[in-house]
Amino acid sequence: MVQLTLPKNSKVKVGKTWPKPTGANNIRKFQIYRWNPDDGENPRVDTYFVDMDKCGPMILDALIKIKNEIDPTLTFRRSCREGICGSCAMNIDGINTLACIYGMDEIKSDVVKIYPLPHMPVVKDLIPDLTHFYAQHASIMPWLETKTNRPAKEWKQSIEDRKKLDGLYECVMCASCSTSCPSYWWNGDKYLGPAALLHAYRWIIDSRDEATGERLDQLEDPFKLYRCHTIMNCAKTCPKGLNPAKAIAEIKKMQLSRAV
Amino acid sequence: MADVNRGKRPLSPFMIGPYYRPQITSISSILVRITALASLGTVTLLVWWLLAAATSDAAFAFIDGLLTSLIGDLILFLASWAIFYHMLGRLRHVVWDFGYCLDIKISEKLGYGMFAGATVLALIAAIVL
Repeated sequence: MVQLTLPKNSKVKVGKTWPKPTGANNIRKFQIYRWNPDDGENPRVDTYFVDMDKCGPMILDALIKIKNEIDPTLTFRRSCREGICGSCAMNIDGINTLACIYGMDEIKSDVVKIYPLPHMPVVKDLIPDLTHFYAQHASIMPWLETKTNRPAKEWKQSIEDRKKLDGLYECVMCASCSTSCPSYWWNGDKYLGPAALLHAYRWIIDSRDEATGERLDQLEDPFKLYRCHTIMNCAKTCPKGLNPAKAIAEIKKMQLSRAV
Repeated sequence: MADVNRGKRPLSPFMIGPYYRPQITSISSILVRITALASLGTVTLLVWWLLAAATSDAAFAFIDGLLTSLIGDLILFLASWAIFYHMLGRLRHVVWDFGYCLDIKISEKLGYGMFAGATVLALIAAIVL
């Protein structure tokens, strides 16, 4: 169902303004979503000031600096700091991306606004609950399904067939795309979302996979696949520059050519 | 891991505008739906006009007067814009469903093109009719 407002317990309130650093010339303002699971309060937006002259260039650098020097209770996921683990996906300046590879200089506004990935249950602060998202990924059988006997050495693939996986295998499952999709916000319980569908397509067109028919059967569903209305927020926001909308369109094409 | 808060967790903000930046692709997409709903209103006016013509002179004079007034002209211009926009939006879906023009750059151009195209077509319709 189309939902336009937040439920009562999720309405965002104005939070605390933390003191400015002393003796700094180049200060930038950060407004960050906070929710503490232990105090029974609504989510709030806290304001922090960071000395840019003593901070790295990326959003993640600022978050770590805030956690280290201003407010140790600020909670977020991060790991690789180079855009390969997908942990630090969050809503920055109105788009979903990875905090570690999004530069502070890419934000035009004076204020840097940071929220968790949109329309997700929040575990704490910037950490969304991705249980359902991962379950959807598991449901598309993200592995090689084969029926013929195992070859003596390996499942071979031509260079041309391998090339078909480019632009698909790079996905790091950060959930930026799925949580940018209005269809996923409103029908995410049944619609698989761009990330899971991109992975589905990655296995459907893998020349070594022998379950193409079953995979397409599983997706032939008014909700799982066809809630994609080509809104393209997914492709626009993907921090890895992939295009889930295109992958989904290819699946739809395969469904059609199979039916006629 | 203890998961005591499941069910009580807040929903993170998502609304296009204050929290999610509007994109030309998302806005042009939602407008296809809005213009479809608006066209339903246009159909209501048309049916009203026809029914009034079949009912009485007075009933027809009222709705005909409304539709041929300045406000009526404006409503009909916007209505034709909505129909042209919706038509272009559906055409865009046909192109996409054949697997073309799915890259972000060209999709964004198509989005702007729909606004421009609908305006041009509505102006031509207004001048010709």
